[in-house]
Amino acid sequence: MNQLFILAGLLEPAVGLIFWTSITFVLLLVLLGKYAWKPILNAIKTREESIKTALESAEKAKLDMLELKSNNETILNQARAERDMMLKEARETKDTIVSEAKQKAQADADKIISSAREQIISEKNSAVADLKKQVADLSIEIAEKILKTELSNNDKQKELVSSLTNNLKLN
Amino acid sequence: MICKINTSSLLKAVSVVFFAFLSFLSYSNKQSQHSSVSEDHSVNKSVHENTTKNETVDITKVAFEHILDSHSWHFWGEGHDALVFSLPIIIYSNTKGLQAFMSSKFDHGQASYNNYTLVDEKIISSDTKESFYDLSITKNVVQMFISVALILWLFISIAKTYKTSGIRTAPKGKQSFFEPVIIFVRDEIAKENIGARSEKYVPYLLTVFFLILINNILGLIPVSANLTGNIAFTLVLSVVTLFVTNFGASGSYWKHIFLPKPYFLWFILMPIELVGVFSKPFALMIRLFANIAGGHIVVISLVGLIFIFKSIYIAPVSVAFTLFIDILECLVALLQAYIFTMLTALFIGSAMEDHGHSNEEAASNHN
Repeated sequence: MNQLFILAGLLEPAVGLIFWTSITFVLLLVLLGKYAWKPILNAIKTREESIKTALESAEKAKLDMLELKSNNETILNQARAERDMMLKEARETKDTIVSEAKQKAQADADKIISSAREQIISEKNSAVADLKKQVADLSIEIAEKILKTELSNNDKQKELVSSLTNNLKLN
Repeated sequence: MICKINTSSLLKAVSVVFFAFLSFLSYSNKQSQHSSVSEDHSVNKSVHENTTKNETVDITKVAFEHILDSHSWHFWGEGHDALVFSLPIIIYSNTKGLQAFMSSKFDHGQASYNNYTLVDEKIISSDTKESFYDLSITKNVVQMFISVALILWLFISIAKTYKTSGIRTAPKGKQSFFEPVIIFVRDEIAKENIGARSEKYVPYLLTVFFLILINNILGLIPVSANLTGNIAFTLVLSVVTLFVTNFGASGSYWKHIFLPKPYFLWFILMPIELVGVFSKPFALMIRLFANIAGGHIVVISLVGLIFIFKSIYIAPVSVAFTLFIDILECLVALLQAYIFTMLTALFIGSAMEDHGHSNEEAASNHN
């Protein structure tokens, strides 16, 4: 019987405790809500937001960096291609210049050779003409000398005239 | 490694022996006190008989004395050696108005004061016509004030840390210990169960969680009060939860209660739904109270085994089991705080939820 009474005491809510708990709990709710939870939750929220924005901006910076890097790469590639092109052009110009020079030199040489050949021919012609003249002069001299010697005595002169006249008779 | 195991097992053995010795001491103490009490009252034969009867310790009575509220805070000792703090008694009576005096006036139920006597920690008036309310600052009320002071100091100082050190610095000390718990309550309890509009309820859930948790832990300390294992305390918490749940309820929630489908079973379903509104917080009240009170009863009963068997050789068993139950109780303290808060959030969430009944109704009307 006594134990049942105690058990009833366990299950029966005491008015005093309900009264004090109600007051204390509501006060605690208000005080904590105003002076603890509000600043704590706000601080946690703002920190979370700042971390979020920091992460986002870091991600953005990373993307920007990647973009920049790819830009650099394209610029570098372009520069490299340009350099290659320039080198190629230079090589081509060199080749054309060399070949042109070669051609010109060839042409000049040909010209020189041809003019030399012409000169040689003309020289040779003049030399031949000179030789001919000299030969004519020499033959005239020789003929003169022979004539002189042939016509130095009368016999011979007569003989000649006779021979000539003989030739005429025949005609 | 082997050395470590040896030292730890040695430590265990020493502690077991120590506790056994302690319990033996208290046992022998009680024996001697009981015998001295019986010597004192040897003149009165009936009293003598009474005390000798009491020498077979009534464990049930002792257990309930520990579980129930008290008008004085008893630390240790018996009779004149006892360290007992008397607490203020406040009585509001319809005839005498508000009265306040210290519980020492009752002299542990031996004396009466202003026609009031204390019988089994219950104030009884000799005037049968008088109706009064006992609004005393009992042991539980004092412990509640202590816990509330502790909670206020703890969280207001943490809030101050956020203000002074700003949000840029990493949390440290108390702040770093409680911040994950606060975030857990906010994200895993409130947001998970209530949903989008959970932010409004987070302060309430946090307050409930920490009030229950701190008091559960304080209740585990020997000589402290058993506040969360008291039905009056859990009653207030669940009544507030009842209000919070129903004030934030959506229209479809009320419709579901007062106009449940199918309509021809209305007269059966409506009362059932209405009972459901109250049974949920009622279950919260009973769950917390029974879990905590039950744990305490188990601990006291295990220690009481020594007195039931009247043998100190049972002490190691009692101590070992008590240690086990105490560790379990630490888990239960956390778990019950979590369950109460989680279920509160769940009830709020289900009351706020729009069931889409209006759409259903529109569809059925078209048919």
